[in-house]
Amino acid sequence: MLQHFEDLLGIETLTREQITFILDQSKPFQEFQRHPLKKLATLRGKTVALAFFEPSTRTRISFATAAARLGADTMNLQAESSSLKKGESLLDTVRTLEAMRPDGIVIRHSSSGAADFVAERLETPVLNAGDGTHEHPTQGLLDALTIRDRLGKLDGLSVTILGDILHSRVARSNIHLLSKFGARITLCGPAMWIPRQLESLAPNVRRVTRVEEALKDADVIIVLRVQTERIHEPALAAEEYILGYQLTRERLRLARKGAPVLHPGPMIRGLEIDPDVADGPQSCVLEQVTNGLAVRMALLYHLVGGAPADAPHPAKERSNAAD
Amino acid sequence: MRVVEKRQILSAEEIDRTLQRVAHEIVEKSGGTKNLALIGVRRRGVPLSQRLARTIFGFSKVDIPVGTLDITLYRDDLSTVASQPVVQSTEISFPVDGRDLVVVDDVLYTGRTIRAAMNGLFDLGRPQRVRLCVLIDRGHRELPIEASFIGQTVQTSDTEIVEVRLREIDNEERVMLVDRVS
Repeated sequence: MLQHFEDLLGIETLTREQITFILDQSKPFQEFQRHPLKKLATLRGKTVALAFFEPSTRTRISFATAAARLGADTMNLQAESSSLKKGESLLDTVRTLEAMRPDGIVIRHSSSGAADFVAERLETPVLNAGDGTHEHPTQGLLDALTIRDRLGKLDGLSVTILGDILHSRVARSNIHLLSKFGARITLCGPAMWIPRQLESLAPNVRRVTRVEEALKDADVIIVLRVQTERIHEPALAAEEYILGYQLTRERLRLARKGAPVLHPGPMIRGLEIDPDVADGPQSCVLEQVTNGLAVRMALLYHLVGGAPADAPHPAKERSNAAD
Repeated sequence: MRVVEKRQILSAEEIDRTLQRVAHEIVEKSGGTKNLALIGVRRRGVPLSQRLARTIFGFSKVDIPVGTLDITLYRDDLSTVASQPVVQSTEISFPVDGRDLVVVDDVLYTGRTIRAAMNGLFDLGRPQRVRLCVLIDRGHRELPIEASFIGQTVQTSDTEIVEVRLREIDNEERVMLVDRVS
């Protein structure tokens, strides 16, 4: 069933059907990554603006590669060299970009709600690449694709999310997505990073203080990075974190046999995750990266491709076209 | 869009006989089955290519590789449509390099689908040769594309449509000529 998207701002407002559609549409693009010639003409002549107001390497490169492989051109705005340093507002910056007529804008910003703010004011389709601590929908989608590929399904899973959930937009997108598929979600980490309000994000979300209890019988484990740059209070000592919350091989054995271990990256080996687990058979980190490309290609194809919204709808003439 | 059926072009039995003949033609004109592979263009080219391969196996005892190709990403009309068409998977599990490929589709019309199919195939490698096999050639080419293996050639007008129904997809088996009514 075809779905029509104008923007991709978050998972919270998507339906199960829309999410399934995006995941299904990502499959041909997964296969595409294995082609010897990774260049399509599908979005030839289209321009995608990459407006990254926050530093990013992996997400930015992933979106840039996705656009390039579809044949599109990119406009690259990077936080470090941004005119924001000279005092330009977000709105003025994106309006400047819009004046150059991109066919889509991918935005990452340190303020929650920035993508929605921009989408409400611009005609151009907007893709949220991470806004503050609000959502990172493409990460949520690629995580779901990874889980679905590994386990063959997304429904009714026991998912444990480990780490600094308070500051994680990835965790929020994961929670919204997986709960739409009936997941039982367990949040675990140092108490200051797992506030009570998180339980009200979606049905069937619980907080657990002991990592052993959190991991018991988990179908899926999502490990988050310890985000030292976001913490303003004195950071938890690394040794305490490792002792209390590191995903070690022993702790991983408490989960279901073969439970996939996801990490949005970048990993700090030896801190939130044992290097043996990071490199072990249950670790999905590299698949996540490949799937990220596939998901972003599928999204750019559907959002950026096609006629502009105000183009006259072509008469349905030929019908011996391939269907 | 409303259509009215004008006549039946092929019955179920005739489709089967046509495919049997075409399968033999493919092997005859290829000097055997060596290096041969079939590529079914989604959607209806897929069951046709699978049936051809089964027939070829039946008389030659050789299993010709069969792949499926989705041409959505290679279409030339994507920027004219408001909503992007759904992409489906391409599954070609054998290397394309140096292969003698026969692309299989149900109807050859303007030739744009086949142009897109060739672009798709050349992204995968460098075939030795590409020929085209279609169940129906209805004329009206807009590109210099031709089929080497044709089930049946049908004269059609611009308003007419050749409708192919195959049991694997449509739960029906026939080819009809229909006309648009305003």
